[in-house]
Amino acid sequence: MGVDPEKNLFLVLLCLLPFVGTLLLSIMGRAGRNAQAAIAVIPAIAGLALLGWFAPLVLSGGVVQWHMAWVPTLGLELSLRLDALGLLFAGLILGIGLLIILYARFYLSAKDAMGRFLAMLLLFQGAMLGIALSGNILLLLIFWELTSLSSFLLIGFRSDTAEGRQGARMALAVTGGGGLALIGGLVLLGTIAGSFELADILASGDLIRSSTLYPVALILILLGCFTKSAQFPFHFWLPHAMAAPTPVSAYLHSATMVKAGVFLLARFWPVLSGTDLWFYLVTTTGLVTMILGAAVALFRHDLKAILAYSTISHLGLLTMLFGFGTPVAAMVGVFHLLNHAVFKAALFMNAGIVDHETGTRDIRLLGGLATLMPITATLGIVASASMAGLPPLAGFLSKEMMLEEAGHTLWAGQSWIVPLGAVIGATLSVAYSLRYIVHLYFGPRPASYPAQPHDPPFGLWAPSALLVVLTILVGLFPQTLTVGLVTPAAAIVTGGTAPPFKPALWHGVTPALVMSIVAVAVGALMLWLHAPLLRTWDALRLPDAKRMFDRALEWLVDRASDMTRAIHNGSLQRQLSLLFLVAILVGALGVWTGGYSPGTRPTIPAHPVAILAWGLLVAAVIAVVKAQRQRYLTLVYISVVGLVVSLAFVYLSAPDLALTQISVEVVTILLLLLALNLMPKQPVRLSSNSLRLRDGLIGLTGGTVAGLAAWAVMTREPNDPISAYHWANSYSGGGGTNVVNVTLVDFRAFDTFGEITVLGIAALTIFALLQPVARGPSGQRLREWVADLPRSPERHPMMFAVAARLLLPLATMIGLFIFLRGHNLPGGGFIAGLVVSIAMLMQYMASGFEWADQRRRIDEHMLIGLGVTIAALTGLGSLFFGAPLFTSAFGYVTLPLVGTFELATAMLFDVGVAMTVIGAVMLALAELSHIAQRAEKALVEDDGPMDIDPAKLRGRRA
Amino acid sequence: MSIEFLVASAIAVLTAAGIYLALRGRTFPVVLGLAMLSYAINLFLFAIGRLTVNRPPLYEKGVTDYADPLPQALVLTAIVISFAMTALAVVLSLRSFLETGTDQVDGIVEADPPQPDREAAP
Repeated sequence: MGVDPEKNLFLVLLCLLPFVGTLLLSIMGRAGRNAQAAIAVIPAIAGLALLGWFAPLVLSGGVVQWHMAWVPTLGLELSLRLDALGLLFAGLILGIGLLIILYARFYLSAKDAMGRFLAMLLLFQGAMLGIALSGNILLLLIFWELTSLSSFLLIGFRSDTAEGRQGARMALAVTGGGGLALIGGLVLLGTIAGSFELADILASGDLIRSSTLYPVALILILLGCFTKSAQFPFHFWLPHAMAAPTPVSAYLHSATMVKAGVFLLARFWPVLSGTDLWFYLVTTTGLVTMILGAAVALFRHDLKAILAYSTISHLGLLTMLFGFGTPVAAMVGVFHLLNHAVFKAALFMNAGIVDHETGTRDIRLLGGLATLMPITATLGIVASASMAGLPPLAGFLSKEMMLEEAGHTLWAGQSWIVPLGAVIGATLSVAYSLRYIVHLYFGPRPASYPAQPHDPPFGLWAPSALLVVLTILVGLFPQTLTVGLVTPAAAIVTGGTAPPFKPALWHGVTPALVMSIVAVAVGALMLWLHAPLLRTWDALRLPDAKRMFDRALEWLVDRASDMTRAIHNGSLQRQLSLLFLVAILVGALGVWTGGYSPGTRPTIPAHPVAILAWGLLVAAVIAVVKAQRQRYLTLVYISVVGLVVSLAFVYLSAPDLALTQISVEVVTILLLLLALNLMPKQPVRLSSNSLRLRDGLIGLTGGTVAGLAAWAVMTREPNDPISAYHWANSYSGGGGTNVVNVTLVDFRAFDTFGEITVLGIAALTIFALLQPVARGPSGQRLREWVADLPRSPERHPMMFAVAARLLLPLATMIGLFIFLRGHNLPGGGFIAGLVVSIAMLMQYMASGFEWADQRRRIDEHMLIGLGVTIAALTGLGSLFFGAPLFTSAFGYVTLPLVGTFELATAMLFDVGVAMTVIGAVMLALAELSHIAQRAEKALVEDDGPMDIDPAKLRGRRA
Repeated sequence: MSIEFLVASAIAVLTAAGIYLALRGRTFPVVLGLAMLSYAINLFLFAIGRLTVNRPPLYEKGVTDYADPLPQALVLTAIVISFAMTALAVVLSLRSFLETGTDQVDGIVEADPPQPDREAAP
């Protein structure tokens, strides 16, 4: 197999072109319809040209490949591969796609959003090309899902109609569900073969077929193929997908997407076929689908429904051919895949023209159109004759070969089952094809048509004419036109050399010819007897797949809502208690299976002061619980808890934590105070005693479990923690001796970056929650709000204001000091940010929101944004120096007078951290005090803090 | 009595109170409960690095006995994040109180809701 490296990059281009087209069309929604169509055809034309350029190499047995690592640890590679089978399928996708786009340009009316339509069509085209070109089966899965999604969008293009929405949902549910199965199947396949590269998998057929996982993988893969290719019993989505505009039906649901399942059967034919399981599953499904689809098609009245069921039938035929497992049958399958796409796309376009020009698709309302729209009629009749398998058309050739192959296939040792089934399918196919011709174009004209029928403009019939000419030419000159394409593709399918391919109109009087003649004769007879047959059919009362599907869906949705309601009934208590109980159960299970024993690590004897602090903490916790409804009191108690925890951090060698905890404590209490101002202070009791007992028991159990776990951890030796690395590299690698700070801004800077982002998001969410509070019912409540606590006679006590203002520069200086020393001694951006925020919050408290807010120079949103951006840029900066993300650099600088000091990029990162912290804290608390102030504004005439006008203040007092 | 015992029992007490408060029917105790649980969890995370007295993780050459810096760094960020979470929960409960006029989260909508104290005014 030859590989030409020069052509490789063009393979990427081929694959990307449709996606580029999608993007272009999406951003130029205002362009004219012709301009949009012109852009939409470029990927197809350029793609076909590229394929033509690849063709000589690929058709002589070569493979063009391109490869780039993506996620190598998962086996997922960006790997593209063009062989003869891929070329044939890609050619089909691009060729028919080109014609469909031209057709759609004239088919869509002026009020349809053409740009959106074509963009989605190109998205689909790109996904399909991806399937044809994927050289990695995980990549193939991605494209496979993309076809399901883009098909969903296209079926639902007319989203204002119920049919459009329901059809789209059903198609997505069925093909998407199949896609899930396919994921399982292909992952298993890759696991068995030991690689997800297509080339490796195709080379390990024996290994795969002998694996014990083979049946599971096969069934899962077949589920994916059968749902996509609308095989019984998953066929029902396809007729409902006909709610899509006709160009979509012609492109997706006859020529290309539904063939993806069959394509996959062909793709994996060398590794999956050849077993009994394959034969019986695939052949039987195909045979049943072929007969069933054809039978239903005969009794439908909507032109597109007839064609949809006919498509199901032909897909069944293709599936059956690949199921036979013989190289010749596979080759016939490839040939018919091509033929069917050509005549069926032409027929769909034809039905679209009839719909467009007569205003209906109901075959019962139509008839005698041959003289009214002669061009359309000619095209429809020829394409339909090809579908019926009449000579001298392409459909005849492949159907003949199919019958030949069916003729010598044994099913469970019986030689008559498959041939009989094939003949029945062929007969029905002849019958509905002839019906399409006779009932639509000949016969009596109805008294009137919904619209006056006439031939469409050139642009609407030309694309289908091209296909019809093609089906005639292939029928007349099969050797010249198809051998060069089908033989190499068949060779790829069979994984070796293809059997001789000799398509011809006349092979002599063969069994296949006899079967064919029988089929045509009986088919014609059935059409003659159509009226009585229809009455019988209507009397049959067949199950309605859509209703069954809807009912199943409804049942699932009901069960899901039951489940949700059981857990989530609007009571937070129920949700949380379930959560806690599950957590406790998991812990109990761990103890149950693993046993519980405390370790033997020597403990540290407790100093009496420590015991005293502990007692204080326990007392405070109990006080919080006891005084739960005295809400201001609980705040005093809970701050004691915070204080003891901070002290514990000091004692237990964590000065950074102590500093953080104590400053967070201050901010938290301020926040709770502000919020409590507007909330009920002494609410009535809600819980009954039994409920409180129950919750108390849950709490005690949970507490005991947590305490025992902590005890077990602390009494064991650590298990070689990675901290030693941080310790050893802190100074030499990070340039700082405060290992905690170096860890935050250097070793784990990415964590810290994520964390300040979360902090910023939380602050912005708080802002978003409080900003609209002045409107609606909450605004009403705020306006009616009456201060319910005794107030200080002075709104801005002078002592407080003076002290706070004196503190501001001092506290800012301390913040700066803490920030600067952070790299080497306890401190850093977090703590500095908190200290500075507290200093500023004091101004809000002492002098009121308005006074402080007027003096604010920088917007908090800006501060958060800048902080995160600075941190991000510092991290990204290291990439420019070829180092991994968030690598820090540092050096020592000597300045006269100041002396030698250190500069590290980590410090810049820490600036970002500090800015985000200040911004977030200020935003949250300032916004909260803002609404409190709004609530009070109406009631009290604000005389302003002292420095606005001290004289005024004195005047008042006097 | 050892320091380890004190810390473990403090974690137990804080967790128990946190769970109990989180299961109350009004928003404010739930927020307090979350704050209590945050203390407990932060202490637990810190304790994973084992307890050390008088050995802050400030690098000095040759020192081999030091407090584990990694859990400390993690807990430091956890403290700040707990603050953000508490703040968000408080604001959320305030907004829902202002929006609906009740601070109940037990899912029971009473026909005649009990009048919280602030309704004393017209």
